[in-house]
Amino acid sequence: MTANILKELQAILPPGIYAAVVEAMPDKISEAKAKAIVQDIADEYKEMKVEAGESVGLVAAESIGEPGTQMTLDTFHFAGVSEMNVTMGLPRIIEILDGRKNLTTPMMEIYLKKPYSEGQDIKKVALMIRETKLKDIAAEFSINVADNRIEVQLDTGKMKELGINEVALAKALKIGAKGVHVDIKSDMLILKVKAKEGGVSDIFKLKEKAKETFVKGVRGVSQVLPVKKNNEYVILTFGSNMKKVLQIPFVDETRTTTNDVFEIEETLGIEAARQAVIDEVFKVIETQGLNVDIRHLMLVADVMCADGKVKGITRYGVVRDKSSVLARASFETPIKHIINASLYGEVDNLTSVVENVMLNQPVPVGTGLPKLVAKNKK
Amino acid sequence: MSDVYLSGKYVGTVEDGEAFASSMREERRRSAISDNVNVFFNAASDEVHIEAAKGRLRRPLIVVRDGRPMLSPDHVDKLTRNELKWSDLIKQGIIEYVDAAEEENALVAFFEEELTPQHTHLELSPLTMFGLITSLVPYANFNSAQKVNTGSKNQKQAIGFYASNYMIRMDMDVNLLHNPQMPVVKSVMHDISEYAKHPAGQNLVVAVMSYKGYNMEDAIIINGGSIGRGMGRGSYYRPMIAEELRYSGGLVDEVCIPSKDVKGFKSEKDYRFLEEDGIIYPESQVKEGDVVIGKTSPPRFLSSMEQYSLSAETRRESSVIMKHGEEGIVDFVLITENSEGNKLVQVKIRDQRIPEVGDKFSSRHGQKGVVGLIVPEADMPFTASGITPDMIFSPHSIPTRMTMAHLIELIAGKTGALSGRHINGTVFDAEPEEMIRKELLSLGFRDNGLETMYNGETGEAFQVGIFVGDMYYLRLKHMVANKIHSRARGPIQLLTRQPTEGRAKEGGLRLGEMEKDTFVAHGAAMLLKERFDADRTIVPVCENCGMVAIYDEFKRRSYCQICGESAISFIEVSYAFKLILDEFKSLVLYPQLKLKTKY
Repeated sequence: MTANILKELQAILPPGIYAAVVEAMPDKISEAKAKAIVQDIADEYKEMKVEAGESVGLVAAESIGEPGTQMTLDTFHFAGVSEMNVTMGLPRIIEILDGRKNLTTPMMEIYLKKPYSEGQDIKKVALMIRETKLKDIAAEFSINVADNRIEVQLDTGKMKELGINEVALAKALKIGAKGVHVDIKSDMLILKVKAKEGGVSDIFKLKEKAKETFVKGVRGVSQVLPVKKNNEYVILTFGSNMKKVLQIPFVDETRTTTNDVFEIEETLGIEAARQAVIDEVFKVIETQGLNVDIRHLMLVADVMCADGKVKGITRYGVVRDKSSVLARASFETPIKHIINASLYGEVDNLTSVVENVMLNQPVPVGTGLPKLVAKNKK
Repeated sequence: MSDVYLSGKYVGTVEDGEAFASSMREERRRSAISDNVNVFFNAASDEVHIEAAKGRLRRPLIVVRDGRPMLSPDHVDKLTRNELKWSDLIKQGIIEYVDAAEEENALVAFFEEELTPQHTHLELSPLTMFGLITSLVPYANFNSAQKVNTGSKNQKQAIGFYASNYMIRMDMDVNLLHNPQMPVVKSVMHDISEYAKHPAGQNLVVAVMSYKGYNMEDAIIINGGSIGRGMGRGSYYRPMIAEELRYSGGLVDEVCIPSKDVKGFKSEKDYRFLEEDGIIYPESQVKEGDVVIGKTSPPRFLSSMEQYSLSAETRRESSVIMKHGEEGIVDFVLITENSEGNKLVQVKIRDQRIPEVGDKFSSRHGQKGVVGLIVPEADMPFTASGITPDMIFSPHSIPTRMTMAHLIELIAGKTGALSGRHINGTVFDAEPEEMIRKELLSLGFRDNGLETMYNGETGEAFQVGIFVGDMYYLRLKHMVANKIHSRARGPIQLLTRQPTEGRAKEGGLRLGEMEKDTFVAHGAAMLLKERFDADRTIVPVCENCGMVAIYDEFKRRSYCQICGESAISFIEVSYAFKLILDEFKSLVLYPQLKLKTKY
């Protein structure tokens, strides 16, 4: 019986709250009481809704912007060890909201499957993720001008540590540097240019290229740091490559994250990216000891992700999609917008706030929204 | 092998860079090479840098050899007897100037007692780490470093006796303190810089207590009686300048009383102070709008006809007028010629500035504050001996700022004033606090500076001892009289029809973009519109072409310049918007207004 009454609520409440209500509703309850409860919940929910005409976006902007002024500029958060520092504070918030693709400090938090998460071979596992370049395992690079080749003295100790044998190395190099003949003699690596006309400067260029040749690990991950977090070993990395890391068998793909919103969008989709924007901004605000309602951030994230692609709040991102010419022109690069508008014959319907302020008309928000309609007697 | 660089350019190599550098320095001390040369040995990169370029920051240090300074008491004696000069000491290699780079190779001791054989230099005095003005802060070593800095900044803003020939000078914006005093607590820099010749403050009796909450947030309470006796009183001088400019075609400005037929003639009343030469007479009291120097200029644009018949009607008024909110007394009139031979008239206006609520005062420790209340002397708290303080300072200004010297100066000033002597408060070298306290006790006061004080209004004794003493206070140049500003309505800009900006133009305070946002956030749309109604206009718009049309006031009809007689509606927009439409048109864009009924 109560189920019937509850059904009324289902249409009104969002699923999460509805489930909580069903959970909390006592089994034995009189119909009248149940009805009263349902009515109360429905009223309360209605009360809590944002009213029509509330300028939600502006309130969100002010609610994030005002605490932003109190933020310490350029604070660095040290994730355990001094060589790992992460941009936090205002620069980081600006970075996220601008939707920048190249982060100053890309970082990953890699969770592991058992038994690795309990600390088994944790160093080995971490080193497997780190990107190893040829220069990392080489003791010395030298150019033999007479024979027109590069001789690389390998550091066998380091190679052993990283678990690289000569065969694997030769294989990796063949992929890395094309048109080069690779020869390995015990701990000596000889690179020869296949083409005959290799001048000295070409060989020098090849040497520089060889140094950066990818040998092993995940591209882009320059540092790894195993950390114990809540009785579990987690690998923090500097540099991020979500796609490759998720393919590694011992990585727990359900919890592994990166601070690069675009990588999340690419690998996990736009909904995940939206959540990432919220989480990343909230993390900064939290560490600064400030208090911003998460719903403001949700709104901003919604705006950024509404088109199915993460867009920054810049003149190339969200602002470009505004329909009003005057609103766009009042943000940045006004000349560009006005000239384009005149070329295409754009019409501004004066439907949002900025344009109406410019024309000194009532803004369609709050008290400016309701209109009086009267029948005209003819 | 060390590389050697001369003024940043590579010149060669030497076997042992360090030995080379020290031998270079020895040569310099022997005056074999110029004392302007500095040598720096960079051990990390194994390089020697020899610098002789100008513009390096250098400072003098006493050379130390084997843990003993080269400067002996004998030298000091000779210096005081004028038998030796500073430059002689440099020539003899006793004192040398070290630049920032060479300092890296030096080990400098602060005091002679600290010297070890490793030391290469000795500081002349700890005072040398401060600048001229910073060393005027007494007991600065007891302050937090930042407050020493702000204290020195405040002293630069203090009004005082800046030049003894101030009567005949024509400086812009000058303040003069009427009764400047030498501080009771002073440092040696006060003597060195002959501070007595240009003092910039007064010794006030300061009580540290609160008074009815009027000294919250760094405000200070001032004794009305003290103001009456001339405390903090000063004069403000400002010159008004007029020049007889020469224009093309032999036309000139003329300083005179403008005749009535001059374009832009004010009223007879405005010219009433002018004498026959068109210049105001000294000691006349002027207020805003009064003409100080009468002047007429030739017309701006000459049509070909007018060029030959120059009558007075075409000349325009260009007198120098007292600006909005300004008043004063004419102090001094100067008539000269400038470098181009034009007649130049300068009139100095003087205005007495008595401390008022909002004027800024500061001690020498960065403890600045504005006057919060002026209390009649009868209502001021008083001590058992009948002393009423000149100023009441809030105790809340002390803890977070950690200006301990402020408190020490208060006791030292009290002791100095009672014993009739100056107290030496030089940084790192001051009379110790314990000695001053002992002296204060011997003078019959409590050694901690506290005194029983009585409420000036009720006569009751305060339950606690009040910290009272003497302090050197500075009146800063920021005065309410120069800054007070308000506007309800007033002038607008010609171009945008929006209110003017700034005090001088009687402008409004801008309700800017972020302030606008708060209106929107509240949903107060109509209020926002009303706030921005300052440049509201009604514009006729042609419904056919969407351009701004014309309304003919004489014929009381409107028409469109493009379409002729067409339907025209009157719409209300901001003038700034009408302006931007015009600007679009000047860029050959066609901003068409599509009208429709609003509802």
